[in-house]
Amino acid sequence: MAATGTPQTITLAKGLNQGLRAAMEADSKVIVMGEDVGRLGGVFRITDGLQKDFGEQRVFDTPLGESGIIGTAVGLAVRGYRPVCEIQFDGFVFPGFDQIVSQLARLHYRSQGKLRMPVVVRVPHGGGIGAVEHHSESPESYFAHTPGLKVVACANPVDAYWMIQQAIACDDPVIFFEPKRRYWDKAPLDLATAPPPLFSSRVLRAGTAATVVAYGPMMRTVLDAATVAEQDGQTLEVIDLRTLSPLDLAPVFDSVRRTGRLICVSEAPGEASLTAEVAARVSQECFYSLEAPVLRVTGFDTPYPPAMCEEDYVPDLDRVLDAVDRALAY
Amino acid sequence: MPSRKSLSSHSGPAARPPVGQSTEGSIVGTAMDIDGQARPEQVIAGLRATSEGEDLVQLLTPEGQRVSHPQFELDISPVELQSLYRDMVLVRRADREAKALQRQGELGLWAPLLGQEAAQIGAGRAMAPQDMAFPSYREHGVAWCRGVDPTELFGIFRGIDQGSWDPVSTGCQLYTIVVGSQCLHATGYAMGQRLDGKVGDPDTGEATICFFGDGATSQGDVHESFVWAAVYDAPVVFFCQNNQWAISASLDRQTRVPLYRRARGYGFPGIRVDGNDLLATLAVTRWALRECRTGNGPVLIEACTYRMDAHTTSDDPTRYQLAGELEEWKLKDPLERVRVHLVREGLAEPEFFVGVAAEADELALRLRNYCISMPVPGPERIFSKVYAEPPPPLDAARDDYLTYLASFPDASSAPGGTH
Repeated sequence: MAATGTPQTITLAKGLNQGLRAAMEADSKVIVMGEDVGRLGGVFRITDGLQKDFGEQRVFDTPLGESGIIGTAVGLAVRGYRPVCEIQFDGFVFPGFDQIVSQLARLHYRSQGKLRMPVVVRVPHGGGIGAVEHHSESPESYFAHTPGLKVVACANPVDAYWMIQQAIACDDPVIFFEPKRRYWDKAPLDLATAPPPLFSSRVLRAGTAATVVAYGPMMRTVLDAATVAEQDGQTLEVIDLRTLSPLDLAPVFDSVRRTGRLICVSEAPGEASLTAEVAARVSQECFYSLEAPVLRVTGFDTPYPPAMCEEDYVPDLDRVLDAVDRALAY
Repeated sequence: MPSRKSLSSHSGPAARPPVGQSTEGSIVGTAMDIDGQARPEQVIAGLRATSEGEDLVQLLTPEGQRVSHPQFELDISPVELQSLYRDMVLVRRADREAKALQRQGELGLWAPLLGQEAAQIGAGRAMAPQDMAFPSYREHGVAWCRGVDPTELFGIFRGIDQGSWDPVSTGCQLYTIVVGSQCLHATGYAMGQRLDGKVGDPDTGEATICFFGDGATSQGDVHESFVWAAVYDAPVVFFCQNNQWAISASLDRQTRVPLYRRARGYGFPGIRVDGNDLLATLAVTRWALRECRTGNGPVLIEACTYRMDAHTTSDDPTRYQLAGELEEWKLKDPLERVRVHLVREGLAEPEFFVGVAAEADELALRLRNYCISMPVPGPERIFSKVYAEPPPPLDAARDDYLTYLASFPDASSAPGGTH
């Protein structure tokens, strides 16, 4: 990819692919491992062509076992490698959950810094693709709840390109969520524009009526809602959290102090979730600025439903705008 | 009991060959019932057998007699043997002192090593400096061999830290408490050794050795480790100390076949060694590590031994162990057979044993004194090194808590303020 010149239009999937390529070129210790990531290029083709260009030593198919993928990545990290693990679908991360929570997240702390765990675990998350069970989950809160992990969610092609490189360069374990139904979204990538830090949230759209916070696959929904709201005469301030742990809430506090209203949006079930965390923190920090209670628009507290019901399960533009209306009614 | 119909039916469950019945020679000498099925007590008796059976590697009998083995030879000088005996005595003494310290309230918990000294010193001393060990939480003998001082183990069980030694410079990973997890770490590390091009030379090559117990073999992570290690030809020795008990669960809760036999299913060799025999353990582990360095890994070793004390100091084995079991195993004590051998063969003078005993007492005193005066971490330790790149909110939480503590007029009356 050219370092300068005309912005190139890429998909989110291509952004990840090019970002992985750049990270592998920058550091020979970066290795890519997971189910079907080699010859096939991953079931979503995110690692397409990497094995051909970097060889089977650095891009390798693993046996089918998520605990094995994460556990051996821990050992490879002890050895000095920087493994990038692909978990094929969100619902399959749980066989590796123990290794992530009990081992990967703790070894730096347990060893008081003598061991570093620069491991990236890539997880495609979210629904909306008409999939069978276990292919549409939003498990990010489990990981954000785990000290020792860092958790990020990219939402657009430009962030995908930069954030995957920043995550790989990070010396801490990073759970990297990818919005699978947005893999084919397109955007121009201008390499001359420096990326923001990995662990920072971003205001994507300025507004005054209310603040809407979301992350990952919900960002496009929320931005669409803001466009519609503007046609109705209300400008919404839209913030992409980007980093789920640590949360970067200063821009959110700043925004809520101006708008007085906050709507948190996520596909994950709402109970004990990231949206709950944001609501609690905002109520603590912005108590005197709030003109309305913090409202949340989330998936329901049910297992992810059969695909024919997912249009009703995944928050859409109308549910976001309904919450905006309720907030403005106070 | 399956009926004949199900045994002969293609659609029914596969007929399970009884334990002990094998086309490649008997595993254990158990008599079968008339229908060919082993009775449960026969299975247990067979699995527990460690001194019978042609496939158990032994070079020093419980009576202290050297015996030969067609595959595993060991040429060892009297000085080397004395040194290994000294290791076992000192490690046992440290272990007994730790138990006493726990009973006196100086350690929160201890996981006794007693009875497993030969397995651990044999395996630990088989390692080359460039090799890497991945222990579980009872590997005090392995840690000793890697130069990890027992005080560093005491720190874990006193609640001072969670393992303070440097895993890379010692070649000994920190203890792992979730049973079996470390087998995947070892396999990954060994994959890294291969990626680094450190496999191929039997002398200068590198290998990894992973320690776990009979209970751990039921964990999925151990299965996945065997699969990964086989698929990637990882230079890793899986060293299973079968000490017969996983807390209160005897071996028949974990397996129907002797554990070393499982290796065959994964496509690598499995060896069963008398884990109370220092010399056999040393010889077999040396061989296995050399195989791995050369590129012929992985290898599974099942070291048959016995946990002569409780699982931990919180455990009460009298509730589940058989009467007389311990007495039976005392006859196979790993230290005693070496001592008898040294004496009988004139390989050590009486002064040697006096000197080792005195050294053990000195070690115990040093450990005790260090243990009771270990510096206690302050509350800031809670927040220390959670991340390589600490996030601002965590630093702020630490500062808030320290400010809160400092707000008490008398710091010693603050919660947690006795530090």
